[in-house]
Amino acid sequence: MGKTITEKILANASHRSEVCPGDLIWADIDVLFTHETVGPRVFAQSFEELGGKIWDPNKFAIFIDHYNLPSTIAHANVVKFTIEWAKSVGVKHFYNLCGPEHQVLIEEGFIRPGRVIIGTDSHTTTGGALGAFATGIGSTDCAFSLATGKIWLRVPTSLRINWEGTLPQGVMAKDVALRMIGTIGHGGATYKACEFAGPLIDNMSIDGRIVLSNMAVEMGAKNGIINPDEKTNQYLKTMIDAPITSIQSDEDADYEKEYYFNGDDLEPLVALPHSVDNVKTISEVEGIQIDGILIGTCTGGRYEDMEAAAHILRGKKIHPDTYAIVIPASRKIYEKMLLKGLLNIFLKAGCIVTYATCGPCAGHLGGLMANNEVRVSAQNRNFKGRSGSSTSKIYLASPLTCAASALKGELTDPRKYL
Amino acid sequence: MLKRIKGKAWKFGDNINTDLICPGPLMRLPIDQIGQAAMAGIDPDFHTKISKGDIIVAGENFGSGSSRELAPLALKKAGIEAIVAKYYARIFYRNCIALGFPIIECEEAIDKIVERDELEINVSMGKIMNITQNEEYRGTEYPKEFQEIFNAGGIIPWIKKRGIDTLRD
Repeated sequence: MGKTITEKILANASHRSEVCPGDLIWADIDVLFTHETVGPRVFAQSFEELGGKIWDPNKFAIFIDHYNLPSTIAHANVVKFTIEWAKSVGVKHFYNLCGPEHQVLIEEGFIRPGRVIIGTDSHTTTGGALGAFATGIGSTDCAFSLATGKIWLRVPTSLRINWEGTLPQGVMAKDVALRMIGTIGHGGATYKACEFAGPLIDNMSIDGRIVLSNMAVEMGAKNGIINPDEKTNQYLKTMIDAPITSIQSDEDADYEKEYYFNGDDLEPLVALPHSVDNVKTISEVEGIQIDGILIGTCTGGRYEDMEAAAHILRGKKIHPDTYAIVIPASRKIYEKMLLKGLLNIFLKAGCIVTYATCGPCAGHLGGLMANNEVRVSAQNRNFKGRSGSSTSKIYLASPLTCAASALKGELTDPRKYL
Repeated sequence: MLKRIKGKAWKFGDNINTDLICPGPLMRLPIDQIGQAAMAGIDPDFHTKISKGDIIVAGENFGSGSSRELAPLALKKAGIEAIVAKYYARIFYRNCIALGFPIIECEEAIDKIVERDELEINVSMGKIMNITQNEEYRGTEYPKEFQEIFNAGGIIPWIKKRGIDTLRD
């Protein structure tokens, strides 16, 4: 019996010839990262108790992305504490105000095929898009791994999610992700590895694949992985100067279950409040009044997303009763938007373009939602109270659907503007 | 050995996510006050209603969403001493093991327990006694590796006792 890519990576990381689903292993970590909200402020003492020495400073990164720029003194104090802690323990890879960690880790070459990537954020699954085993943990586990370089893992069973066909105009990777979440359910892949495959995935850009892996955790998945291919290698070559490991699932690998989807007749989709799997087609919900939109974050703020949204907003104005917040997923994306004239398009359309940050998505700052406020967002979660008031409502959609909705002040099918 | 836990049941439904257990805007609270955030996304006064030793009884996929350890930490600091659910979201489950915070998976218990029932839990045996209804339910037993971590009070005391060097090659 063959092995899945996830099983192969975990076998290598635990120095075994092979592993099987259910095995408990100690894996070596290739990259460990944390951020200010759940990082040293929570685990500094535990880390100190274990000796306070980073096992390998080359393999640890820390980000200040969730609380930047701070809007309250409490947040500012956490940011300051994190900066001082990083200095005191000799953190080598420190990223302040560079953008959400998941995108910056990719741009800085940390994410590579075959690596074990562990981070204190559920969306760590993002790294699977480049063929890494990437999964989230909490603060205490991070203190443990920071001192030891190791993590216990239970080898997951794998789900293979096959996509045939090609995406019609106006349909994006976000819609692909929402279709899977709507079918498999919010808890449907809990404890499992999700492997995305098939011609549609092969033809998808890396920016698009990143969205799928990012949102794998919204089905409860342990990781959301895509077998690396020539496209992955070409993408990585632009940022790293090292041999790239080739690692693939075997043809006869064992999957707990296989799903089959076809992109040919996929429509733009929307996840209704307050659940990521409450998914409808845009035609079923078009016309719902909104207060504003958000394009950005670690899910919907890559250059391809910005380009798509700008295509719709070019030369137009957003609805006068609507706001539009645009948040690039990294400083590098921000720079590219500036160079390519996208900032101009957004600004002239009446959008607010902020610095690269997690923004209001996780409910910390920069555009929190009022009571009963309604927003269409390219972010990843629409839980009750996620981005502010518990009576606010978030509709999850693609950057194209967000942009079109901003023009009309209501949920709008983006295909009308293409 | 793990002590017995005795307290009232507080019932919740399926998919209780970490934004409900510990809302983002309250994460700025100092860690020693994070108990005030416990279940605040559902009931901001929850932390004032419970007594030390009380138990959360919930449905499927408890703790979905964010990796924030502040979620189990908020429950623990508010006085909750165990959780019984049908199953847990992966990172929440891990976080509870790392913190040595007792959690049990048990379908039967969820269907039968009524809010405010008096429960007694024997974590190492995965046994839940419903004193009010005079019933007993059996939850999933942990692998012995997890038992060891629970018995030590979490992954930090566990490794301190065992020695970090035992993990190194």
